[in-house]
Amino acid sequence: MPAVVYVLKDGSERRVDVPEGTSVMLGAIQNNVPGIEAECGGCCSCATCHVYVEPAFADKVPPPDLSESDLLSGVAAERKPNSRLSCQISMTAALDGLTVRIPDKQSL
Amino acid sequence: MSAGLVIVGGSYAAMQIAASAREAGYAEPIRLVSEEPVLPYQRPPLSKGYLTGKFTPAALPLRAEAFYRDNRIETLLGQRAESLDLAARRVSLAGGGSLAFDRLALATGTRPRPLPLPGADLDGVLFLRSLADADRLRERLGGAGSIVVIGGGFIGLELASVAAAMGKPVVIVEAQERLLARGVSPQIAAFLADVHRSRGVALRLRSTVRDIRGANGRVQSVVCGDGETLAADLVLIAIGVVPNTELAGRAGLACQDGLVVDRFARTTDPLVVAAGDCTRHPSAFAGQLLRLESVQNAIDQAKTAGATLAGQEKPYESVPWFWSDQYELKLQMVGLVQGSDRHAVRGSLEQRRFSIFYFRSGRLVAIDSVNRAADHMLGRKLLALGRSPTPQQAADESFDLQTLVAA
Ligand SMILES: Cc1cc2nc3c(=O)[nH]c(=O)nc-3n(C[C@H](O)[C@H](O)[C@H](O)COP(=O)(O)OP(=O)(O)OC[C@H]3O[C@@H](n4cnc5c(N)ncnc54)[C@H](O)[C@@H]3O)c2cc1C
Ligand code: FES
Repeated sequence: MPAVVYVLKDGSERRVDVPEGTSVMLGAIQNNVPGIEAECGGCCSCATCHVYVEPAFADKVPPPDLSESDLLSGVAAERKPNSRLSCQISMTAALDGLTVRIPDKQSL
Repeated sequence: MSAGLVIVGGSYAAMQIAASAREAGYAEPIRLVSEEPVLPYQRPPLSKGYLTGKFTPAALPLRAEAFYRDNRIETLLGQRAESLDLAARRVSLAGGGSLAFDRLALATGTRPRPLPLPGADLDGVLFLRSLADADRLRERLGGAGSIVVIGGGFIGLELASVAAAMGKPVVIVEAQERLLARGVSPQIAAFLADVHRSRGVALRLRSTVRDIRGANGRVQSVVCGDGETLAADLVLIAIGVVPNTELAGRAGLACQDGLVVDRFARTTDPLVVAAGDCTRHPSAFAGQLLRLESVQNAIDQAKTAGATLAGQEKPYESVPWFWSDQYELKLQMVGLVQGSDRHAVRGSLEQRRFSIFYFRSGRLVAIDSVNRAADHMLGRKLLALGRSPTPQQAADESFDLQTLVAA
C-alpha cells in the first residue's frame, strides 16, 4: 500500500499507509492526522483541506482541475504554487512516499 | 475528580465543541452522548453521493475513533439524553442512569418537520436526516418506479437530482410560488427550476398535498390540494426542520424557535453552552438573531463554544456560507441574501458558470455562485473584511475583484 508523509504544523512527520484510490485528505482523517479539517467531506467546496505538495512530487501529482484551482484562490493560509486541496489527490502506487506539508491554518 | 463536560449531540457541533475545548486547554473529562449508534458523520453526502454509491460509508465519519481516544473524549453512543436537572447538574439518560457534569454543551441539532397528514406513516414515505434514513432511502431508490418529493428545499432538490440522473420520474410538490423560498434569491431559484425541468423533473409550485394514499400499508399516490393524484411508490417529505430544543426548554433555558445563545455560545444558564443547528444566535454579520442550518455554522459556533468552556472569549462572528451539489452544478452561497435591494451578475447563466452579487444600500451582502468557486472564496474574504465592490465592478469581468482584498 502506498504511504503518505504528512508534515505537521510543528514540523514533525507522520507516515501513514493510504490505499490506492483513497484521497490524501481521507488518509489524514482516518489516521487522525491533525490539521486537515475537511469541513465539506471532500466534495471540493470548503478549502479546509489545504496542503503544500513537496516539490519532489510536483510532477507526479496530476494537476488541479478548474473547480479545485478556483477554490485554491481562497485558501486561508498563503497560496503557493504547490498548494493543493488534499481531497482532490487520489493515491496511486506511483505516489508512494508523497510528502505534503500542512499549513498553519485552514479557515479565516 | 471533576465531573467535567457532558456534550449532548452526535454530529458536527458536538465533535467540534469537544475538539475546540481540548485545543483551548480544557483538561477535565469530556463525555459525548449521542442517540445515534455511530460516531459523528457527514450529513451532506446523504442526499448526494452516498445515494449513488460514489461516496462510501468509510468516508463518512468526521473523525476517526483514534481522534476521540487521543483527545480523551469518551463517546456514549446509542444513548438519548432524556432530561436535564441544571440545579443538580445531572443529565438523565433514556435507558436509565444519569451523568453528572460541571459544564454542559447542547448540540442537539434538528429533526425533519413532520407532515401531519393521513398516509404520512405509510411504508415508502421517508424523511432524510440521519444515516439510517439515508440507508432506507438508498435501498428503495433503485427499485422505485415513480418518486414524489414534498418540499422544494435543498434536500428535496438534491434527491431529485440524484433520482433524475438515475432516470427516475420525479415530481416536486412545493407550496410556495418558487423553489428554495427560504434559502436563496428568486434569480437562483428560477435558474435551478429551469435546470431541473430540463432534466425532466416536474415542478408543481403553489401546490399543497392533501393526503397520501396506499394499499396494504404501502404508498401508492399523493393527492394534491387541487385534487390531482400523482402516482408514487417512493415519497420523500422534505419540508424543513424543527430544532431539538425540548430538552433545554423543559430545563428552563430560553428557547425561541431555537435555543437562545449569546455571541459566546452561552445559553441563559452560565454553565451551559450550545452550538449548531439547534441555536438561535446573534449574528454579527446580519445584526439580528438567526437560526442557521449549515455545516459552517455548526463548526464555527462550536469553536466559540469550545473556547468559552476553556475560559477563553472567542466571539462567533463568521460570515455564513453553504453549498449544494445538484447534477454537475456546484452551488456555493456566502452571506445572507434576505433584505438585498439590488443584484449584479458576473459570468454567464447560459454557460452555467456565474455568480450573483447582492447589495443592500450599495453594500455587498451576499454572493451565490454556480461553478465559480473563486468568486465564492473571494466573497468570504470581502464580507469578512466588510469590503464591497460596486455593482458595476461586480458585473465587469475585466475588473479584478482581488484588488479589493489586497487594498
Ligand atoms: C441530507 C442532508 C444534506 C445536507 N447538506 C448540506 C450541505 O450540502 N451543506 C451544508 O452546509 N449543510 C448541509 N446539511 C445541513 C448540515 O448537515 C447541518 O447543518 C449539520 O448537520 C448541523 O450539525 P449539528 O451538529 O448542529 O446538528 P445535527 O447534525 O442535527 O446533529 C444533532 C445530533 O444530536 C443528536 N441528538 C439530538 N437530541 C439528542 C438527545 N436528546 N440525546 C442524545 N443525542 C441527541 C442527534 O441524534 C444528532 O446526532 C445537510 C443536512 C442533511 C440532513
Ligand atoms: S475537504 Fe472540502 S475542499 Fe477538500
